[in-house]
Amino acid sequence: MKLLSLVPVVAVGGLLLFAAQDFPEWGDPASPASTSPVSSHFIQSTGVDTEVPNMVTAVLADYRGFDTMFETVVVFIAGMAVLAILKSSGRRKGKREHEVEAEPDLIVTNTVRLIVPVIQIFAFYVLAHGHVSPGGGFQGGVVMGASFILVALAWDLEVALARFSAEKCILVAALGIVLYGGIGFLSMLLGGEFLDYAELEKVLPVSREMARYHAMLGVEIGVGFTVTAIIFALYANLSTEGRLKGGL
Amino acid sequence: MFEDGAIVNELLVERLNYFIYVVLLLIGLHAMISKRNLIKKLIGMSIFQTAIILFYVSIAVKEEATIPIYKAEHDPHGEVHHHPEKGGEEAEAHHGPVALKDEEIKQYANPLPHVLMLTAIVVGVATLGLALALTQRIYQGYGTIEEDELLTKIERADDRASQSPLKSNQSPSPKKAKGSATAKKATASPSRKSGSASQGKSAAKRKPAKRKPGSGGGKKA
Amino acid sequence: MMENAIAWIFIFPLFGAVACALVGMRQSKLCYPISGLSMLGATWAGAETLMQAVQSPVHEVSYILGGWTLDAFPRGVGIEFRADLLGALITLVVLGVGLIVSLYSKLPVREETPGKEPLFYVLFLLQITGLAGICLTGDAFNLYVLIEVAALTGYGLIAMGTNRAAAATFNYLILGTIGASLYLLGVGYLYIKTGTLNMVGVQQVIQANGLMDSPSMQVAFALIGLGILIKMAFFPFHAWLPNAYCNAPTTTSCLLAPLVTKVMIYVMIRMTLTVFGVEFSFESTLWSEFMPWLVVVAIVCAAVMALAQREIKRMLAYLIVAEVGYMVGGVWIYNYYGLIGSIFHIISDACMTLCLFLGAGLILRKAKTTHFDGLRGLFAKMPLTMIGFFVGGFSIIGLPPTCGFFSKWYLITGGMVSQRWEYLVVLMFSTMVMVVLFFRLIERIHLAVNEEGKNLGHGHGDLGLTEEQTRFDEGPLSMLIPLLLAASVVLVIGIYNQDVVNQIELFLEPFDLPKGTGRP
Repeated sequence: MKLLSLVPVVAVGGLLLFAAQDFPEWGDPASPASTSPVSSHFIQSTGVDTEVPNMVTAVLADYRGFDTMFETVVVFIAGMAVLAILKSSGRRKGKREHEVEAEPDLIVTNTVRLIVPVIQIFAFYVLAHGHVSPGGGFQGGVVMGASFILVALAWDLEVALARFSAEKCILVAALGIVLYGGIGFLSMLLGGEFLDYAELEKVLPVSREMARYHAMLGVEIGVGFTVTAIIFALYANLSTEGRLKGGL
Repeated sequence: MFEDGAIVNELLVERLNYFIYVVLLLIGLHAMISKRNLIKKLIGMSIFQTAIILFYVSIAVKEEATIPIYKAEHDPHGEVHHHPEKGGEEAEAHHGPVALKDEEIKQYANPLPHVLMLTAIVVGVATLGLALALTQRIYQGYGTIEEDELLTKIERADDRASQSPLKSNQSPSPKKAKGSATAKKATASPSRKSGSASQGKSAAKRKPAKRKPGSGGGKKA
Repeated sequence: MMENAIAWIFIFPLFGAVACALVGMRQSKLCYPISGLSMLGATWAGAETLMQAVQSPVHEVSYILGGWTLDAFPRGVGIEFRADLLGALITLVVLGVGLIVSLYSKLPVREETPGKEPLFYVLFLLQITGLAGICLTGDAFNLYVLIEVAALTGYGLIAMGTNRAAAATFNYLILGTIGASLYLLGVGYLYIKTGTLNMVGVQQVIQANGLMDSPSMQVAFALIGLGILIKMAFFPFHAWLPNAYCNAPTTTSCLLAPLVTKVMIYVMIRMTLTVFGVEFSFESTLWSEFMPWLVVVAIVCAAVMALAQREIKRMLAYLIVAEVGYMVGGVWIYNYYGLIGSIFHIISDACMTLCLFLGAGLILRKAKTTHFDGLRGLFAKMPLTMIGFFVGGFSIIGLPPTCGFFSKWYLITGGMVSQRWEYLVVLMFSTMVMVVLFFRLIERIHLAVNEEGKNLGHGHGDLGLTEEQTRFDEGPLSMLIPLLLAASVVLVIGIYNQDVVNQIELFLEPFDLPKGTGRP
């Protein structure tokens, strides 16, 4: 079976390498992708349109903000689906007896106690500074979620859940999408298309470009909420098989 | 184009990135198809998606270009404008957003593939999380995550389920007694109670002996 | 408000899903009305978009999200939602099916997945958002994201059921991820050669730069095509479909079975006609030569396997695979009538599969089984359900005035006119198989057979069945009315088929497809 499955795999590989003869060389500045009007517009006019120095964030949150909204929805779906799959309805196999009852270690807990606030501040920094350096909602959200996972690893999952319970996870995740969609919806109500942040200048005392700048921060915060909540919820559910007791 | 030495040059030197990503892709694809263990399949899926991400990111590269974040002189909120020959007051001049000229575009890498791959990475993580939850559920239900053992258990359950409800208490397959116990236990234990409470689970899967066809008429669901 | 109707199509279900998550965790009873209202709003928006598309001079509605309008910015800078007649029609079908299933869902969800209703409705509404978005988007990468939204919600919806469902979903997940990733890879190849992701933009660059003969374009086409074929369960990649749809909870199979594979066929038509163009897809590549033969194998195998089943849902699942074969064949015989037939068949197949699965759900509820042997005398017990179910069945066979007749008519015309006799023969063969399938069922349900297999005549309280067993005992109204609604939609589309076909012809006009044989 293993040898038999090599045949289609090698066939696919041959097909892909056959196509590679036609591709531009690696790093060619004259390749169609690099010289297309779309990419040129992004590099040329991001500053003019949005006043954001980080082109990647501008494209992610503004030009192609609709994709990012659905990316956030995908994260939300992952959390909801994991809950739906693992949520127990009372059936258990009953052989989960290998849970380790260990005392939280002194060195680990004290180090984590010192480090976690720093990590969380760093998460805020990554989120907010995504406009000028590599960063943004997803990255900041993951770091923030990781801080909660660190608490759960150092002590116990219950300690982490006491600070960020399962219902709050769902609430925060949904709020993130409401924030993102809400900003887009508000822009639509103010007369533009959905996610046309420039229309927010009618409610904010800033220029059209700065309205885009600030709305981008708003949507990134929404993304950060959802990602934080779902990363932690995924950890909590996967490590305890949905029961939210015990765990790693 | 594909003369004797040229294939090596063309493929492995100038288009090295494509060659690498194809190799990774094939490793991932082979793992997904041929490995027996479910977790190994998922690892293969992860490698497969990573190869595609690598492909896209390699498209964005331009020779002698920097990352797609504006340098100080193009920064829309930039304050740096060193013109010492023009006098002191220019040195702190703010300049607003400027549209770049064509030669300056070449200094920056293409931002679009990076953006697309941010999305693709997140989608990949979400799929992996879901798949791991599924694996846990399968382990809870069947006690194994090896595909061949899983298939045997599932086949026994399917055989039982596809039996006609008319053949009430005669179970023709002798294997039923041994193997399907694991599969049945997870679904059957709550169903031993009254019929209406267990109606939720798919009726065809349950032990046909309990269901006499036509008796449904007497029960209001 | 009206000019943003196309945005309301996804705003309603998206915010409905979030509302279900927020509110439903406390008050799970509110989820059903929230989902019903969201679907109602979305269906209204879909109908409005269709009206706008029909009335607009270019027969399409173009909406660039984020305000990056085409007069000020290059095409492809923003994400475009383009509802031409094809997209608007299919979106309305998706939303209508979603509305009917959301009305139907009240009792099955509560009983099959207790305690998980808010999660179910969240995933349900997001699935509709994904599917409707797939039909409207005009950007190739956005299509990938929406395909993944639809896929992930689908996995969650199916795996919510029993453990068997979870095992089936794993297989589905592996195959579905391979399919979507191949699609993504194909889009990457397109991007590397054209530099844009907007569908119309890609077509323009292909025409302008003469990329028709480049090998990477051929491989891009093959990758995208292969990815989509895997996701639509085309034989031999269909292995995930019967297990996934049979073991899923009732409402899930009612939602996924009519929609997911048909939307993927829409994607194939969109890629073939709009992105790559008629000339490239049909004349440059070899697909129109060998695909009809693969279609023949697919339909024959699916029909034979359907014949071998003894259980309704499994039989219907194999019928879906056969119908997918019809539609793929209709596209690749490279003929005007074949394509009309294919597009019309998407619409009619969604409706008739909906009818059949809604009926199967009601049968499961009342007869406690969907095995053929458990269906004795059901016609006396649940006549309305049976009528609804068999309207769907007759539509699959292709009897007038159901819509299935008209779509099959166009497919047959396409096969004849393009002289693809293999396709024609397999259409006839499979129609006969389906006749056998459904009349066998009718016989079982209508007549009564006692334990030794003797035919005891009409099932109206005759020998072998007690009065109790044949007493009129229909399913609950919340499940029955959607079924009858779906059956009447099947009939209405059939009666007004000319209106639908007119719109399809308007869509196909600029593509200049051959009306005779496509072979040079």
